[in-house]
Amino acid sequence: MIKTTAQKIYIVLIFIFLYAPIATLMVLSFNASKTRAKWGGFTLKWYSALFRNDDIMQALFNTLLIALIASVVSTLIGTVACIAIMNLKKRSRAVVIGITNIPMLNAEIVTGISLMLLFISMGLKFGLGTILLSHITFCIPYVILSVMPRMKQMNPYTYEAALDLGAGPVYGFFKVVFPEILPGVLSGFLMAFTMSIDDFIITHFTKGAGVDTLSTKIYTEVKKGIKPEMYALSTIIFMTVLILLLLVNRRPAEKKK
Amino acid sequence: MKKFICIVLALTTLSSLLLTGCGSGGGGENGEVIVYNWGEYIDPETLTMFEEETGIKVVYDEFETNETMYPKVEAGATAYDVICPSDYMIQKMIDNDLLAEINFDNIPNVKNIGQQYFDQSREFDPENKYSVPYCFGTVGILYNKTMVSDPIDSWSVLWDEQYADNILMQDSVRDAFMVALKLNGYSMNTLNEDELQEAKNALIEQKPLVQAYVIDQVRDKMIGDEAAIGVIYSGEAIYTQRENENLEYVIPKEGTNVWIDSWVIPKNAPNKDNAEKFIDFMCRADIALMNFEYITYSTPNTAAQALIEDEDIKNSPIAFPDFSQYENLETFHYLGSEGDELYNNLWKEVKSE
Repeated sequence: MIKTTAQKIYIVLIFIFLYAPIATLMVLSFNASKTRAKWGGFTLKWYSALFRNDDIMQALFNTLLIALIASVVSTLIGTVACIAIMNLKKRSRAVVIGITNIPMLNAEIVTGISLMLLFISMGLKFGLGTILLSHITFCIPYVILSVMPRMKQMNPYTYEAALDLGAGPVYGFFKVVFPEILPGVLSGFLMAFTMSIDDFIITHFTKGAGVDTLSTKIYTEVKKGIKPEMYALSTIIFMTVLILLLLVNRRPAEKKK
Repeated sequence: MKKFICIVLALTTLSSLLLTGCGSGGGGENGEVIVYNWGEYIDPETLTMFEEETGIKVVYDEFETNETMYPKVEAGATAYDVICPSDYMIQKMIDNDLLAEINFDNIPNVKNIGQQYFDQSREFDPENKYSVPYCFGTVGILYNKTMVSDPIDSWSVLWDEQYADNILMQDSVRDAFMVALKLNGYSMNTLNEDELQEAKNALIEQKPLVQAYVIDQVRDKMIGDEAAIGVIYSGEAIYTQRENENLEYVIPKEGTNVWIDSWVIPKNAPNKDNAEKFIDFMCRADIALMNFEYITYSTPNTAAQALIEDEDIKNSPIAFPDFSQYENLETFHYLGSEGDELYNNLWKEVKSE
């Protein structure tokens, strides 16, 4: 009896710890006064100001677009890389996996500055394209990390069996291998998407003038104080993700009905 | 499934090609100007007006600290036309040969900038060749009238035991040392080891009395009556006074830091003429007034100051101090990498006590 209440209290405390900042943010997004110290009355003006603010909307669009393209491309490259790695000898495989782990372990500022210097030496014009290239670069290791365990778990002989039975290599891949690694590919895609949206430092160093993502836009407001439109935007993003998660997790229950 | 993947593939490659392919969207009819400024540091309306009046397209980029701006400009990743760094960073850029001399013949409106700001600029731009002041301010003590007993006029009040746990200090190595050095009568740009050790010891002594080392939270904490005294920038002081009428701002008698953010033109600027036109536009009285009202940090543009309607603000010694009234006003110098290391090591010792 005591154990279960203690467990429940513990969970409630953890949830408070995790979500208190977000709850504060959501409350402040309705605060008419700019400062967190005073409650100025309930208002929706920050939400309307948010949608009228072209810069923030453009930054949001850029962030989502970059995240989508970077995650799709890096998932493709990562999955193909995993197939290749599986066919390497054991020693080469260890070396290659070690190399792909480096960007993840590296400090992001090192990656950011080195990519910036690389683009300068290649003479590329900085802009949305360079941001895309850098995001694809640092997302690939995460995809490989997600897909490799699934590939290793797979029975290697099913693919051979498919070839024996007359399937072409590509057909065999899509019908036999791909369904087995699909969960890994999807989780790799989601990881890449998250890492791309979240990224600040690499984007800061590889972006061109006039191009902003959400993270760089929010960061530039540090000197003067973050505008409440950002609170409104964060609330909207949080609620969207929350609703999506609830929907995704409810569907199996409905199926059982 | 296969078809779906193919379609996604095709769309992705197409869009990525489109994006990497198109670089700039072309300039306006008279070219473009690439501006690199602090976040929230200009009225966007002024940029639209500039584009309409001159036909020059403004490509606007923002940075958050001088230190994140510098590597990008030094590496030359994007060639900016006009940048707005702070005092000591301008000196660093001059020392590293990154700035071009401004042709003041192309900036007739520079006469609107008060002479005392140019004189103060000599601390980092000795011959006033490279910079045009944009915003300035002072650092001082913000205190809550209802929570302090005696009038405040000196940095020593930050060491007063009766305000223990009610004091807010800036979480910045140079601002904290500025307070301690000025208290002991030294220059805030000193590299003298003995003077710096004295300042460091004073800061360590003060540590138990400090409620928190903060940067912009000083605003909210003082408005919310959470602390009695805080070190704050003058631009924030006016905003906090509007929100909480018990707050007063004072520049201590030992002197303080005057900071100036100025427009500079880097050496590799592709559109130098447009850059000078931009700076000239920013120095116009009505434009400077618009920016002042948007940013709320003080403008060095005396013509704009004359246009301010609110008499309290216009004559406010907080917003527009007369530098000759104060002693020992200094501006931050660039200390060089060894100087920076010295200060940083001492600050680490203070923070880790």
